[in-house]
Amino acid sequence: MERIYNHILQIAGNVIMVEAEGPKFAELAEVESAHGKSLAEVIRIDGEKVYLQVFGGTAGVATNDRLQFLGHQMQVPFSGALLGRIFDGKGEPRDSGPGLKDHLIETAGPCINPATRVMPSKMIRTGIPMIDVFNSLVEAQKISIFSGSGEPHNQLLARIALQAEVDVIVLGCMGVLYDDYLFFKEELESSDAINRAVLFVHTAADPVVESLKVPDLALAVAEKFAIEGKRVLTLLTDMTNFADALKEIAIVMEQVPSNRGYPGDLYTQLAQRYEKAADFEGAGSLTLLSVTTMPAGDVTHPVPDNTGYITEGQYYLAGGRIEPFGSLSRLKQLVNKETRSDHRGLMDALIQLYAAFKEALEKRAMGFKMSPWDQKLLKYGDLFEAKLMNLEVNITLEEALDQSWAILAECFEPEETRLKTELIETYWPKAGHHGST
Amino acid sequence: MSAQGRVEGINGNLVKCRFSGAVMQNEIGYVRTEGKLLKGEVIRIKGEMAELQIFEDTKGVGRGDSVEFTGALLSAQLGPGLLGKLFDGLQNPLNRLAEEKGFFTPRGYQIPALEPSDSWDFTPKTKPGAKVLAGDLLGEVPEGQINHKIMVPFFLKGTWSVIHINPAGKYRLDQPIGELLGPEGQKHELTLSFFWPVKNAIKFYQERLAPNEPLVTQVRIVDGLFPVAKGGTYCIPGPFGAGKTVLQQITSRYAEVDVVILAACGERANEVVETIKEFPGLKDPKTGRSLMERTIIICNTSSMPVAARESSVYTAVTLGEYYRMMGLDVLLLADSTSRWAQALRERSGRLEEIPGEEAFPAYLESMIAGFYERAGRVRLRSGGLGSLTIGGTVSPAGGNFEEPVTKATLKVVGAFHALSRERSDARRFPAIDPLESWSKYQGIIPNSRRLGMSNLLKTANEIGQMMKVVGEEGTSIEDYITFLKGEFFDAAYLQQNAFDEVDAATDQDRQEEAFALSEALIKQTFIFEDKESARQYFAKLRHRYFDLNCTKRPSEAYEKGRQSILETLKKGGQDGADL
Ligand SMILES: Nc1ncnc2c1ncn2[C@@H]1O[C@H](COP(=O)(O)OP(=O)(O)OP(=O)(O)O)[C@@H](O)[C@H]1O
Ligand SMILES: [Mg+2]
Repeated sequence: MERIYNHILQIAGNVIMVEAEGPKFAELAEVESAHGKSLAEVIRIDGEKVYLQVFGGTAGVATNDRLQFLGHQMQVPFSGALLGRIFDGKGEPRDSGPGLKDHLIETAGPCINPATRVMPSKMIRTGIPMIDVFNSLVEAQKISIFSGSGEPHNQLLARIALQAEVDVIVLGCMGVLYDDYLFFKEELESSDAINRAVLFVHTAADPVVESLKVPDLALAVAEKFAIEGKRVLTLLTDMTNFADALKEIAIVMEQVPSNRGYPGDLYTQLAQRYEKAADFEGAGSLTLLSVTTMPAGDVTHPVPDNTGYITEGQYYLAGGRIEPFGSLSRLKQLVNKETRSDHRGLMDALIQLYAAFKEALEKRAMGFKMSPWDQKLLKYGDLFEAKLMNLEVNITLEEALDQSWAILAECFEPEETRLKTELIETYWPKAGHHGST
Repeated sequence: MSAQGRVEGINGNLVKCRFSGAVMQNEIGYVRTEGKLLKGEVIRIKGEMAELQIFEDTKGVGRGDSVEFTGALLSAQLGPGLLGKLFDGLQNPLNRLAEEKGFFTPRGYQIPALEPSDSWDFTPKTKPGAKVLAGDLLGEVPEGQINHKIMVPFFLKGTWSVIHINPAGKYRLDQPIGELLGPEGQKHELTLSFFWPVKNAIKFYQERLAPNEPLVTQVRIVDGLFPVAKGGTYCIPGPFGAGKTVLQQITSRYAEVDVVILAACGERANEVVETIKEFPGLKDPKTGRSLMERTIIICNTSSMPVAARESSVYTAVTLGEYYRMMGLDVLLLADSTSRWAQALRERSGRLEEIPGEEAFPAYLESMIAGFYERAGRVRLRSGGLGSLTIGGTVSPAGGNFEEPVTKATLKVVGAFHALSRERSDARRFPAIDPLESWSKYQGIIPNSRRLGMSNLLKTANEIGQMMKVVGEEGTSIEDYITFLKGEFFDAAYLQQNAFDEVDAATDQDRQEEAFALSEALIKQTFIFEDKESARQYFAKLRHRYFDLNCTKRPSEAYEKGRQSILETLKKGGQDGADL
């Protein structure tokens, strides 16, 4: 069958249309224009009309450019040779290494049968009290860092990645600044982690649509490593850029937008990627940690909002700290029962008191007299922020728990803490509770 | 003969085909692609074109691929062996699928919901010559803890007579157990199971009754303030992370019903796994047997094909109606109905229908109403009673209840459990907002007492708001004490720790006692020197209630704790802050 066409009938946004017989849904094609070659993917077939999204963008594409259908869908090479390598959003080398063409595997493959999943059960220690104590990260979890602009989300991502004990790190970048890409690269190289890492990098300078395949490429590779028994940590930054690329295509295809221009299937699109996180029985695991920037810091924006409904929690980054409110690890209860008997009780009590502290702050801001109780809360809040919330703090979970008891004892009477009597008897610091920490 | 067709267009999971022959709306058809049969449902017919929503990934489908129509609607298999199983939205048994196919769910692969070779102990309950109608009893099969009724298939119309029925014994699902003679002389061979189209309600009962018997969930804030009734409906809207799923998980464990059906619709797969792994080891509060024996899970999680999300809720409700026909109390929990609504929205968008609010289709409301209408308490023709209760979560965009799915749901349900972000942030779980939620049902606590507590919470909240403006110093001590009482009731009664072994569930008897114990404090008049001593006094008392909530009952420790609270209360705060 003739698979080459020279007559593009429509070019709108990054979508082109040709009349062709035989292309399959989601098949790839190659567009060759004066500006070079670009991959394209069939996104709709209507009779003879075949619509394709062009990953390299349509700028400079002419109606008589050559279009060749490739007879396969998006694939990615898979082998141990991937480790230490850097690719772009099309899966082509971005480093000086050779192109890999062997062992091609399918991307965006079928979903995991829920019956074969095992419950995540291993805590990933980060040395960050706001994570370890309050919202433990768990192997095989999918969780996102919700971040305003200007927050150190990529630094946090890198710090967690380097501290985590995993076999393989797969990093997918979508629309990141070139400097951020360099930052990741240097961080990985300086710690030797690069030798167990694969990078798929799309920067803000690359055509927008090219970012669309980054999550699928990264996740296909990560999933395969996991099935082969590796513990894989996948990092995706920034998912908001990915969602924006989806939006762009949806608008060109004249889909009715559901919310602020985003397509109605945004939830499904994001979920299909995030749900790749899994613990495979008798094999490895795929943990997925992403960054979702919140436009204008608005958590109700469709991208963070849909993400929150999909992921197993989020770390809410604001003012350079992980906020206890808004942050959540839904899997924490799977791991924090076994850590130490005071972990759960402390976690709840500390947060409830911190909430009361915030109320006291409000009262103070309104100019009200601070009651003795308010005074206690103010003292508590300051200690909490300095000794637990500050991202500079890098201590083990156990140290953080001990620290918490010391803070409580410095500020409160035991009954004021809402902690069970049993725990207080075991852990409340004995040496004079107005003493030092 | 069933119709045939050829694919003309593909738009996501929507496949358009040109057909010859007769095609029925909602008929099942298969697209043959790469040697596989992809299942789909006809959702629009225009001239010689039919459009199917495909329940599987459409990658690789091309123009000209053949389409085979089946003449049948999407149906569920009804028979013994459903309990304890995990199905996808199309009723494929996922454990069997895993045995055959491993980690992933391949497309174009279907297996029967119930294993044809499974055999069951059948006891006939009818005789040759008996006149029977759809839904009448033919025999019984013990299925775990329940007595599974083998009924006249629901699709048989008119009066039939029993030609013969097999004697008691073990029968495979694919073996005949008897034969019926129809009104027009036609014969029907009976087996232990039969099929029923999931979008049609099963109504072969005598009459529908008002839902006026409480369904005890063992969640205090629900049973105490916003009760659910057997055969009633309720919804749980809330922003992400507010605790909808945990609340449903707790309910699915402790609710006092016979059968629980969980419809995991477009949510996280791990949440289903949690249930599958934990339930076999947990005990049914009613029978003491494994919880899994009373549970069915229908899951179409968020990464599974979108079109099957819709069918998953219908499959679930159909199984619920089926067990209700056996005189059982069934509870269907759907998480989340918003994902189902979104699937409708995606479909409607591809069909290029005129969109309603937030691009949801204009018929969203009637679809939601139609789903909840399938709940109900009924009197069976045999005289027995059965009920199907439906509780659905709603996931409103941005956590804002002013959106189409929440609004449409609120119009049709009998109770509203509104989860709030403020409460979940402050770890006040379950985060049901007592000021916004409501229930039209009668619970285990008499309405007047229920109202008393609601009023207290309202007043306490008003005082709290006022205090934010005028400060503590501008509030009278009487008001301050009322405020503390409201806070106390919230913390010591309404909040319940789902992860504490004892606190997680409170049975009816204990709830009645605990409610009275809270009332005792609230009705008490206290005299305090100043606000600080009042605050400390309540903090200490709250602590005692708290410990009591986590103490096993009956036990010596529990009784001692209760008595000591009652004695302290009698002193009316006279012993000051150092009780
Ligand atoms: N009753 C409870 N007791 C203690 N913790 C709870 C309770 N309910 C919820 N939580 C905490 O809140 C987290 C989120 O709850 P849950 O998963 O039920 O939220 P959700 O409303 O279903 O969110 P989503 O809409 O994203 O699915 C839980 O993982 C748990 O940590
Ligand atoms: Mg949920």
